[in-house]
Order: sequence, then structure tokens, then C-alpha cells
Amino acid sequence: MMENAWLIPLFPLLSFLILLLFGKRLKEASAYVGILFTLASLIYSILVLFERFSEPTYSTKFEWLTIGDLHLTAGFEVNQLNALMLFIVSLVSFLVHTYSKGYMHGDERFPVFYAYLGLFTFAMLGLVISPNLLQTYIFWELVGVGSFLLIGFYYYKEEAKAAAKKAFIMTRIGDVGLFIGMILLFWQTKSFEYSEIFKAVDAGAVSSTMITLTAILIFIGAVGKSGQFPLHTWLPDAMEGPTPVSALIHAATMVAAGVYLVAALFPLFAASKTALLTIAVIGAVTAIFAASIGLVQTDIKRVLAYSTVSQLGYMMLALGSAGYVAGVFHLMTHAFFKALLFLAAGSVIHAVHTQNIEEMGGLWKKLKLTGPLFLIGTLAISGVPLLSGFFSKDEILIAAWEGGHPILFLLALIAAFMTAFYMFRLFFMVFTGKMRGNQKDVHESPNNMTYPMILLGILAVIAGYVNTPWFGSFLGDWLVDGNPALGHGHMEGPIWIMIAATAVSLAGIYLAYLMYGKRTIARNWLSGTGDTLHTILLNKYYVDEFYQMTIVAATRAISYLARFIDVFIVEGLVKGVVGIVQGLGKTGSKMQSGQVQTYGAVAFIGLALLAVIFALTGGYLR
Amino acid sequence: MSSVPASAFLALALILFCIGLYGALTKKNTVIVLISIELMLNAVNINLVTFSKYGLSPSITGQIFALFAICVAAAEAAVGLAILISLYRSKKTVNIDDMDTMKN
Repeated sequence: MMENAWLIPLFPLLSFLILLLFGKRLKEASAYVGILFTLASLIYSILVLFERFSEPTYSTKFEWLTIGDLHLTAGFEVNQLNALMLFIVSLVSFLVHTYSKGYMHGDERFPVFYAYLGLFTFAMLGLVISPNLLQTYIFWELVGVGSFLLIGFYYYKEEAKAAAKKAFIMTRIGDVGLFIGMILLFWQTKSFEYSEIFKAVDAGAVSSTMITLTAILIFIGAVGKSGQFPLHTWLPDAMEGPTPVSALIHAATMVAAGVYLVAALFPLFAASKTALLTIAVIGAVTAIFAASIGLVQTDIKRVLAYSTVSQLGYMMLALGSAGYVAGVFHLMTHAFFKALLFLAAGSVIHAVHTQNIEEMGGLWKKLKLTGPLFLIGTLAISGVPLLSGFFSKDEILIAAWEGGHPILFLLALIAAFMTAFYMFRLFFMVFTGKMRGNQKDVHESPNNMTYPMILLGILAVIAGYVNTPWFGSFLGDWLVDGNPALGHGHMEGPIWIMIAATAVSLAGIYLAYLMYGKRTIARNWLSGTGDTLHTILLNKYYVDEFYQMTIVAATRAISYLARFIDVFIVEGLVKGVVGIVQGLGKTGSKMQSGQVQTYGAVAFIGLALLAVIFALTGGYLR
Repeated sequence: MSSVPASAFLALALILFCIGLYGALTKKNTVIVLISIELMLNAVNINLVTFSKYGLSPSITGQIFALFAICVAAAEAAVGLAILISLYRSKKTVNIDDMDTMKN
């Protein structure tokens, strides 16, 4: 079973190819093609996952390229992390495929959407079973392409085009770091394979500066793909894509690719204290940075986007504090509740046709399924006890504390308060109170949209129980089994951390309730200094404007210089050659005057010249 | 007859040829150019006849060849004049500088 795990990415690839060829004819039936193939992937992933519980890691490779001494191999590997990721990705992809049948109904490029979804799923599944850096990089870029196509799906909208370009270019900037790190590692260890690299690092064959350097460079790739500060600005803009895309790509899969990369290369990172510290710091800073921006946004998808950035920061904080299990656990629970939140948001948008939460309100009574499901997602992300987010967030906080980063722990705790606050602000503004927008035709979503949400809701509740301090840390023990570099299966932390986390979450919820539910505290109770703070947060700390002034301006200047060289110097040379040839031609053509007597004269002079030469050389023309 | 050296005949032919060449290359009137071409052909005939009498192996061949040349010259003059008349009908001029449709 595990030997054929390479089939799992191929099912969505088949879906992509079939829809490319027959999509126009299939139209709305293309949903069935996509759903069927992703279901096949999902079933196979579940079987592989269960098999991996008992069997050891399976990996295989074959010779791909041999150039002199250089041997490149390709293949796949099914270890615990990969098996888990296969399951998560194929599950969320299947649910998004099902959901999109209802959400994208009536769109005239319906088959194209499903084709792109298939391409993206293929790339992501291929990425998570790659055993070497080169293959990972290929799928990494392919995932970027899929994301570009999907974000820019509504290509007739200027903002969508710009957002797609921005996403691709910013992740590309990160990819430069990944590529350089990859090449440096290859130079040091002569191999792209993960196992070879880990062996070399273990044996001390790579100097510690090199380890730190490559680790940080590879982390830069993860920063780009996972939207960490400072390469985070593409993620909120990527909300221009359809909501199922946001659920798939920007909640559960593509942005998780960065976290996956750090987790898969964890033994490399663990060998360098500096790299781990960098990851943890950037993670914590991103977590609180994005959470603070999310406090004031008014677009429902943007709030969720910033919350994604923030939660990814949490995962990086966990990994940077050597909490491998915590990071991966949170990746799993986040995939479920964030996808649920995005799909529920899509259901809300489908009902009220607006994304501005200031125009919503009182939807609890009207959307009988979406409301409770959204509530489950919000409770999960806020870390309310008994739901999945509580357990995973708790693991992260313990990892941060035990890893010896008290300041980062404090930042994470404050970010948790903010998370609870802004998520419940969102909930109260959308679902309670009076309807602020227009009332027409607000109805619940069709079954193919609600069933995936229900499944995700169930998972958001129960997924946490695979790794709890009360019932046993099955997930943790399983993940680190056989690999001592990954740390402990379960971290023991002081009990006050759990209490502090719960208290902070409940405080955030209560404050949100007071401000947006019961409205006993006015929304502008911080006015005065609060106003400038509000403006700064609303404008996302002006990071976009800063980039526009510095990096974009610099790139534009370089491109002007390049254009100058191209137009004047390169084309000038070409035009010069053309001019010379034309000049020679014009001179020559003056000799063709059409005058017969000129021709006769030239012919006679030539003949005379030949006769003279003939006479002078004694009759022999050489 | 034998007191006139062969070179005199050849010199005469040369001078006639050069006059004909000069006329063919510089005169503006096409009729004059055709006359000059005839002059060149006759100069060649004088050359041929001289070599048939004073050449290395005198024989009648030169004179026969001269007869052929006269014949061909006549035919060619007829054709040339026919072309000239046809050109005059289309261009209304016999100025050879105006016959430049092959220009550039």
C-alpha cells in the first residue's frame, strides 16, 4: 500500500488533465471529476496513514540524472510527517472541491477552476512526499504557480491580477533564499536527499556557520511561502481569490508548506541554536503583529487572513523553540478550524453578497447551520478548552516557555488574547445584533456547501484529542518515533501555563462581548491616543507603503536602467549594423542608373583592364 | 599595294573602332549610337581583311568572315532600328538618357 503512495498526487493531476481536455464540454459536471479524484486521493491517504501507524517509514528512489560525479535521484518517502500531511491536504482539498460545487455554481469558467484546483492539489501532495530538496523545490514552485492561477481567477478584476502578481513575486523572493540554501547544502554535503543531509550534519561534516547560514536561508523560503513578517503582505491581498481558494491555499495547505519545510528539515535546524532562535523570534513577532492588525479590519476575509498569518507565526514559534510536535500538531488543528472558518465565511458572503462586516449583523437566526459552525471555528481558534485549538496552542506555549524564551512566551500570550478578541469581534459583528446592511434574500447555503463545513466542524472539535496531556499524547509519540533529533513526544509544562492561556482567551472573548455583543463599552473607548493607533493598525503599519517607497521604487529604477540599456545600447548596436549595410547598399545602387551608355563604358573599361593584365602576365592569368 | 605596311590598315581600323566606341558611349541620340555601333563593326571587318592578306598564314578565310560580319551587322541594324521605333512610339523620344526603366 505504501509502496504505491506515489499514486496519491497523481489522481488530482489526472483530474487536471481531464478537465483541461474536456472541461468545456463537461461544464458543471467537471465538479464530479474533481471530487472523484480527490476522494480517491483521500481514501488512499487514509489507508497509507493507518498503515504508517504500524509499519516503518517507506522510502524509495530511482536514478534521475547522472552528470559525471553528480547523481540526482527522485523518489518519495512516507514517514510520519508525510503521511499526516497527505491526509490533511487531501482531506481539505476534497472538502473544498465539494464546497466549490455550490459556491462557484453558475460561474462560466467553472471547469477551469476545478482544473486549477487539481493542479494545485497535485503540486501540494507531491511536495509533502518528496525525499529530497530538489524535488521539494520543483513542487514548491508548482504550488506557487497554482496559487497564482487561483488567486488571479477573476482576472478581469485589476485587484485580483495585482494580488496574484504580488503573491507570486513575494513568494519568489523567499524562494531565492531557499534555492541558495539548497545549493549551499548540496555543496557541503554532495546530496539533496534529506537523509544524507541529516547524516552529514550529525557527523559534523558541515561547519556550524554553514549550518546556520543554510538553515536561515531555507527559513527565508518558508517566510515567503508562509507569510511571515516581513514577507506577509501578499496573504491579505490574496483574499481577492474565490473563498474556497482561500480555504484551501491560505488556510490549510500552501501556507503550511513553509511550516512543513521547517518541520521536514528539523534536524538541520535543530543543529543550530541561532537558526532556531531566528525562527522563534520571527514567529512570535509575526503572531502578535498580524493579530494586532486583525483587531481593526472590516473585511471578513481579511480578518481571517491576518489570523492565518498570526497562527503560522505560532507554528514557527513552536518549531523555533524545538517544539516539533507542538508545531505540527497546531498545523493539523489549524488546517481544520481555519478551513472551517473560511468556508463558513464563504457561506456568509454567499448569503449577504458583501464582505464588509460593518454591513452584516443578526445572521445567527437566518443562517442556522453556518452560525454554529462559525462559532465552533471561532472557539477553536481562540483556544477555548475542550476544543482542538486549546490543546495545540497549549503545546506551543509550553514549548516556548520550556525552550527558554520568556519574552516570546509573553508575546504569544498577548497574541492569544488578541486572537480571541478579534475572532469574537468578527463573530459578534456578523451574527448578532441588528442587520446593518440590506435584507434581501438571506438564506442558508446548499448541502454541498454545508456538509464539508459540518465535517470540518467535527474535526475542529475532536482533532485535539489525539495529543492531550490528559488522555495521552498519541500524535506526539507517533511523530517522533524513531527519530531522536525531533525531540520529545510530549513536553511537560507547569500547569499555570494552561490556566493562563485559558484565562487570556476567556478575557478576550469577554472584552469582545462587551464591546460588540452587549455594547456596554463603546467601540471608541480608546479614542485620543487610540485614534492614531487605530489608523496605524488599519493601514497595516504602513508596511505596504514602505515597500512601495523603497523596494518597488528601487526595482523600478533598476528596470528603467535596464530598459535604457536595452533600447539605446543593444538596439543601437543592432540599428548601427543595419545602417551600415543599408548605406553600402545605397552607394551600390547608385551605380545602377539605368543608363545604357554607363553600362557600356564600365564593360569596356573592364575588358581593357583584363587585356592589360593578360598582356603583362605573359598570357597567364593566375 | 605592298608599299603600304600592314600596320597602317590596323591603325585605321583601330582609329575607326575608337571613334565608334566614343560615339556609342557618349552620344545622346540613339540613332547616332546605332550608327557608331555599325562603325565599330566595319572597323572589325577592315581588321579581318588585313589579316587575311598580311597575316601569318594568309588565306581567304578572313574575307569570308568579313562577309558574314557584314550580313550579321545588317540584320542587327534592322532589329536595332525596329527596337528604336518601338521605344519612340512609347517614350516619344530618342534620347538615350531617358531609357532608364532599369534604374535601381
